[in-house]
Amino acid sequence: MAKTNYDEPKSAKGPLFYGYKVFQYVFLIFLAVMSLLPFVIMIINATRSRSQIESHAISLIPGTNLATNWKVFTGKSFNVTTGFINSFIVSTGATICSVYFSTMTAFAIVAYDWKFKKAFFAFIMAVLMIPPQVTSIGMYQFMYSIGMTNKLFALIVPAVAAPSTVFFMRQYMSGALPMEILQSARIDGAGEFRIFNQIALPMMKPAMATQAIFAFVSSWNNLFLPLILLTDKKKFTMPIMVSQLNGDIYKTEYGAVYLGLTLTVLPLFVIYFLLSKYIIAGVALGGVKE
Amino acid sequence: MKSAQSRIKSISNAKYGYLFIIPFVLVYLIFHFYPTIYTTVLGFTDCKGLNNTEWNLLKGNIFANYQSILQNKSFQTAVKNTIVIWIMNFIPQITLAMLLTAWFTARRITVKGQGIFKVIFYMPNIITAATIAILFHALFSYPTGPVNDLLTKRLGILEGSYNFFISKTASKIIVAFIQFWTWYGYTMIILISGVLGINPDIYEAADIDGANGVQIFFRITIPNLKTVLLFTLVTSLIGGLNMFDIPKLYLNGGPDNSTKTASVFIYEQAFSGKYLYNRASAASMLMFIVIAICSAILFYLMRDKDAAALAKLKKQERKAAAQRAKSQSWR
Repeated sequence: MAKTNYDEPKSAKGPLFYGYKVFQYVFLIFLAVMSLLPFVIMIINATRSRSQIESHAISLIPGTNLATNWKVFTGKSFNVTTGFINSFIVSTGATICSVYFSTMTAFAIVAYDWKFKKAFFAFIMAVLMIPPQVTSIGMYQFMYSIGMTNKLFALIVPAVAAPSTVFFMRQYMSGALPMEILQSARIDGAGEFRIFNQIALPMMKPAMATQAIFAFVSSWNNLFLPLILLTDKKKFTMPIMVSQLNGDIYKTEYGAVYLGLTLTVLPLFVIYFLLSKYIIAGVALGGVKE
Repeated sequence: MKSAQSRIKSISNAKYGYLFIIPFVLVYLIFHFYPTIYTTVLGFTDCKGLNNTEWNLLKGNIFANYQSILQNKSFQTAVKNTIVIWIMNFIPQITLAMLLTAWFTARRITVKGQGIFKVIFYMPNIITAATIAILFHALFSYPTGPVNDLLTKRLGILEGSYNFFISKTASKIIVAFIQFWTWYGYTMIILISGVLGINPDIYEAADIDGANGVQIFFRITIPNLKTVLLFTLVTSLIGGLNMFDIPKLYLNGGPDNSTKTASVFIYEQAFSGKYLYNRASAASMLMFIVIAICSAILFYLMRDKDAAALAKLKKQERKAAAQRAKSQSWR
């Protein structure tokens, strides 16, 4: 009721109001074009021939050269299927490891009282922001000395300890996990491990799904660690393959380069446009505490 | 009361707490903690040469690697570039994110189609940075790239094509722009969620007092958003200090080292040329220290203020109770 009173000034819409509105939408549409245009050019140029791109590199009309570009692209040493499979193995493995074990670690913090719990959680918060890059030299030397370079395994196992995922799961769990249910399961004689797997895990599904998306995407996009740990072409992940598109092998074959780039982002486009609602909600949740 | 309840329940279960963190702790110690220590140690050794794993601690001046890194012109340039590129990206990024936040959370003049704009603005953030770097390299290519095509033939702003790759300033601006372009959507979403977390009663009170939109934004929204803004600043700074994919793949740190960042420098020291693992480790540890300081600030900001206050209160209560008990027993 009272609300209509505040809204009254809104009905007094002068030319100033409409001018402001127009400016707002023009600006927003400009930003949207800025975000989309590079990808639109990329996809359209993937279908155009080399001479078309050389005469006019910007065009909104697709060409008919997709098949030729594909031939040029796959004709060189660039093995896109291998990259896909490797990236898929690494990202899936790392996602499962990080989400499952992070939930388990968060469960240990939320569901039980133990002496060093607070210290442990403080430690997790302290190492939250340390990027793996700054310790990469030691990582490389260590992996090399135990013969783990060129093994995809080396990119998966470290994901078991993912402080930021633990942090997020703990924040979510402390609000969403009713201790009474765990207690009644205990009375029914369920073991603690079973309680975690069959009661706590299913209740954490929404948070786990959000974290799974982020873990998958960040693992898929990771360049630095694969670049130093993998030297064997057969083990290359997608981002390393992408980095080769700048090299001499495709010199002026821009159609093929654009096609290669398009292929590497296609799975991300699909994931994003299917799950964008959850992804954006997840970003919003991760940023602010509570 | 709740804590008392859970304490009773979980006393016998304490060992499961330890049991469930074993995988995390083991993997952390082996794959994160040990490499950190290893990197620290390598910074004080003579370890260099491709795949050399044998090393000796430096004799005499143990800080020789640190000294040579700090005196290295290339490292100084790299640190300067990292900071300059980060600032060139962050200021427009936070400004635009704030403007969009103000628009998208305004309650009187609402923006229709917000959802789709948010989805589009955030999108570049999720795309592989390596792909984006190569894509922009193709977009700005000389003489017939899309940007040159747009500037010459389509719009006629320039007479002839401009070679973006040989200009130091243009290269820095483009790298900063790519960073800005991939991150402003993320920052916007964080800020919006921060604004939505502000108590709506404050806004209602402002409405009743007759404050306008601009006043509300500057007098209420921004002061209440301080923590979130600091969070954004610190996380962006840490990310910026590690900028690698885009400067490395856009022009490999060039032209003339103008886009070489600290991470690119460390990578080049350790994994090309002379394979100077020791100096790269020293440089890494310098970055590590800076990041640790930033982390500490963030840790301080994000600590549970309410929980800390409560714990303090409880401690005082316990002390008081103990004192009372003491004085009673005295009596």
